[in-house]
Amino acid sequence: MDTVGLTTQIRNITGATSVIEIVGDVTGQSEDALTDAFNQVTSHGARNILLDFSQLDYMNSSGIGLLVTLLIRVKRQNQRLYACGLSEYYRQIFELTRLEEAIVIYPTEQEAIAAIK
Amino acid sequence: MDNQQPLTENQTARQNPWAAPVDRLKVSNIPGEAINLNVEGRHLSGLVKGFGQLWQKTYRIRLQGASVSPQEVIKIWKEKFPEFWPKGNRFYGSVGGITPGDVALLNLAGPGGVTGPGGAPLISTGVMVIFADDESFSFMTPEGHMFAGMITFSAFKQGEDTVAQAQALVRANDPIYETTFRLGFGHKAEDAFWAQTLQSLAKYCGVEATTEEKITLVDPKVQWSEAGNIRYNAAMRTGVYYLLAPVRWFGNLFKAK
Repeated sequence: MDTVGLTTQIRNITGATSVIEIVGDVTGQSEDALTDAFNQVTSHGARNILLDFSQLDYMNSSGIGLLVTLLIRVKRQNQRLYACGLSEYYRQIFELTRLEEAIVIYPTEQEAIAAIK
Repeated sequence: MDNQQPLTENQTARQNPWAAPVDRLKVSNIPGEAINLNVEGRHLSGLVKGFGQLWQKTYRIRLQGASVSPQEVIKIWKEKFPEFWPKGNRFYGSVGGITPGDVALLNLAGPGGVTGPGGAPLISTGVMVIFADDESFSFMTPEGHMFAGMITFSAFKQGEDTVAQAQALVRANDPIYETTFRLGFGHKAEDAFWAQTLQSLAKYCGVEATTEEKITLVDPKVQWSEAGNIRYNAAMRTGVYYLLAPVRWFGNLFKAK
């Protein structure tokens, strides 16, 4: 899915775990792309959703707001949300906004997948 | 947990809008008339904290006919933020405007602009500027504020016109505040507050207009694990501060002698 500034790519690792690669910018205009990606992995039966931010260029405060609403949807569906690939700078923003208390963060996709298993 | 990936050139150019993480808030350069309670030493309450239902509230005003770009609107809004607030409410921020990392003190009136004797605020609380670029800026609230969450002020083009927007993504911070929202007082006061603020901004830009509102209940569940936030309730603590005023006066009398 490609919208203004954001492209998402989906990989289903196992039946229960899917990765959403975040490529580009996460801003208020990214809602459709993120929602579509979430709907796709959910329809595939994913219980664990890993957001891979290793190709993130930019995220503003509206983008953080979108992640919060995504987190609520995930919880409602009894799924779990994880993150990986955050640069030190964006990891600090997760700390500032206290998102890190609700989303488990791993340095890399490999470490995340190993831990989720 | 360290990720040593270097920032791209694009990231480097756009990395300054965010404030650095803070453990506890620190207030500085506050004028003498401000009541400074419930901010110093508090943590940010954050988007995932808070007790009540999670609401996304969007307030917009179309600056039809005004020849101002979104960037100009944000510049004005940052520079004159306190001036656009409804009467009875005070915002004590930094002199230079809105800068990431700033902590501002808020002295707020109650619903309907009700204040105490002599215009005294009913709630003393604050916000931290967590993000500011040339198209938007955002505040996050501390423990004890009515809301746990974030409010973002932005401007954008819609057709020929510039639109100014305030968008809150918030939960009531504790069961007392949640009760006021369930009873309708809290939401009504909040909606009126931002409508008046946007209208003041529009008026400054030479436009008389009404606001549009879009209110979405994002999460109907309350978070009982956060009910203990009540101990920081800024409204209650401000009330106690006033109640203890005679005791403080009496104590100061003895100190003076």
